[in-house]
Amino acid sequence: MDVKNTNLYAQHRALSAVFVEFANWQMPLHYGSQIAEHLAVRKESGVFDVSHMGIVDIQGLGARAFLRRLLANDVGRIDSVGKACYSCLLNEDGRVLDDLIVYHLSENTYRLVVNAATTVSDLQWIKTRAVSDLLEITHRTDLSLIAIQGPASRLRVQTILTPEQLDAALGLAPFCAESIGDWLIARTGYTGEDGLEIMAPHRDIQVLWDHLIKLGVQPCGLGARDTLRLEAGMCLYGQDMDETVSPLSCGLGWTVAWEPLERNFIGRKALESEKEHGPPFQQYGLMLEARGVLRAGLPVYSGHDRIGLLTSGTFSPTLNTGIGIARLRTDHWATGQHSFTVEIRGKKHPVSLVKLPFVRYGHPKFKLLNPIS
Amino acid sequence: MSQLLRKYTSSHEWICMAADGTATVGISTHAAEALGELVYVELPQLGQVVQLGQEVCVVESVKAASDVYAPLAGEVVAINLALKEQPELVNRSPETDGWLYRLKLSASGFSSNPALLEPEAYLALLH
Repeated sequence: MDVKNTNLYAQHRALSAVFVEFANWQMPLHYGSQIAEHLAVRKESGVFDVSHMGIVDIQGLGARAFLRRLLANDVGRIDSVGKACYSCLLNEDGRVLDDLIVYHLSENTYRLVVNAATTVSDLQWIKTRAVSDLLEITHRTDLSLIAIQGPASRLRVQTILTPEQLDAALGLAPFCAESIGDWLIARTGYTGEDGLEIMAPHRDIQVLWDHLIKLGVQPCGLGARDTLRLEAGMCLYGQDMDETVSPLSCGLGWTVAWEPLERNFIGRKALESEKEHGPPFQQYGLMLEARGVLRAGLPVYSGHDRIGLLTSGTFSPTLNTGIGIARLRTDHWATGQHSFTVEIRGKKHPVSLVKLPFVRYGHPKFKLLNPIS
Repeated sequence: MSQLLRKYTSSHEWICMAADGTATVGISTHAAEALGELVYVELPQLGQVVQLGQEVCVVESVKAASDVYAPLAGEVVAINLALKEQPELVNRSPETDGWLYRLKLSASGFSSNPALLEPEAYLALLH
């Protein structure tokens, strides 16, 4: 398969982006300094091209009922137009096929934003399950998607949006969205900061991007996107969860809407059984007690016992040390051992167990679960 | 520090000989640029005896960890402690302030590693 470029490729080239291949897309990794990009989002504003993500509209009289069956979270909770919610897409075994945001666009129209790597399989899964629902399912390849993130991000858009768009951008409550023509302006993101995500026709997004760069908004690549989301304690599909785990084992139990009991979503039976027996794993944040870098795949120990591994790891520019997300056996607390280590290059390094997130709204914000030794 | 006394490896370390028979080791400007912003440097222990070609240091960027090999055998007599808090020194000045460690060489001079490259030869290798 040919590697694809987004419609902002020329913009990235002009900004001397270093590219990386991700899910068959050629995407900016950084534009010179990943750490400067990260800090710009924490302190001011940054803009990301995330047009590689899949945008799927589901329209029809049965859309609401269909999505209440399809998704583990309940779109019945976003019955007001303009609301959004985060959900897992599960298979019958209750394992995670994808995570997504669903926006309620109008009475019978919803929009899903899904991961790039899973767009094709999600579309197939959704269409197969929607055969009898007379739904129109459209992959919106005519739209680009950018995320403007950071404490100053909504201020930054003031001079470049139309009055109507600006009203939306400034008036939106968190996790809400407003459609204006073929634009969707949403107050959502993947950084732990305030910000907007804007979906619009390619040409409009190109113009918007150019304006934002002229205004001094920092262009940011996937590198900063990863460190920001990790500090924010947000899962990355394919790393922190995939088809081998249920949402209960990867920190996403809160996204499963158990009530109302009669809502029979795909995967419910399997999840109920796992809930009854207790999930085998639980997700924690880990933080190195001395400076260093954590990496996905490193083993985690409680005393001498290996109790799990890191599913994501990086260096946190805000905390100046290694942080990660770990999937640990739930039975480890029973040992009474509360000193945890991660093995890096054959040597065990002490780590703190943390209730996610690590950082929110520009500042460290975490709760230690074990006392620092 | 005379340029004549500095040599390189094909794995992008530099080694610089001092008059007292010790040698300072670091990574080349090219390597520092290729690795990107470093956020952590794992230095050797003082007094550690290292063999030619041994993995002595690890330099880590946000994206990846890379081994740094010993260009010559010897005993580690100094480490650049400033890198513990400021690993970015390696990016800023890889061939001066961003040095990694100093060796008291087991054998005098460069002769024990015939694969060491003159600066011109190293630069030629990059092109």
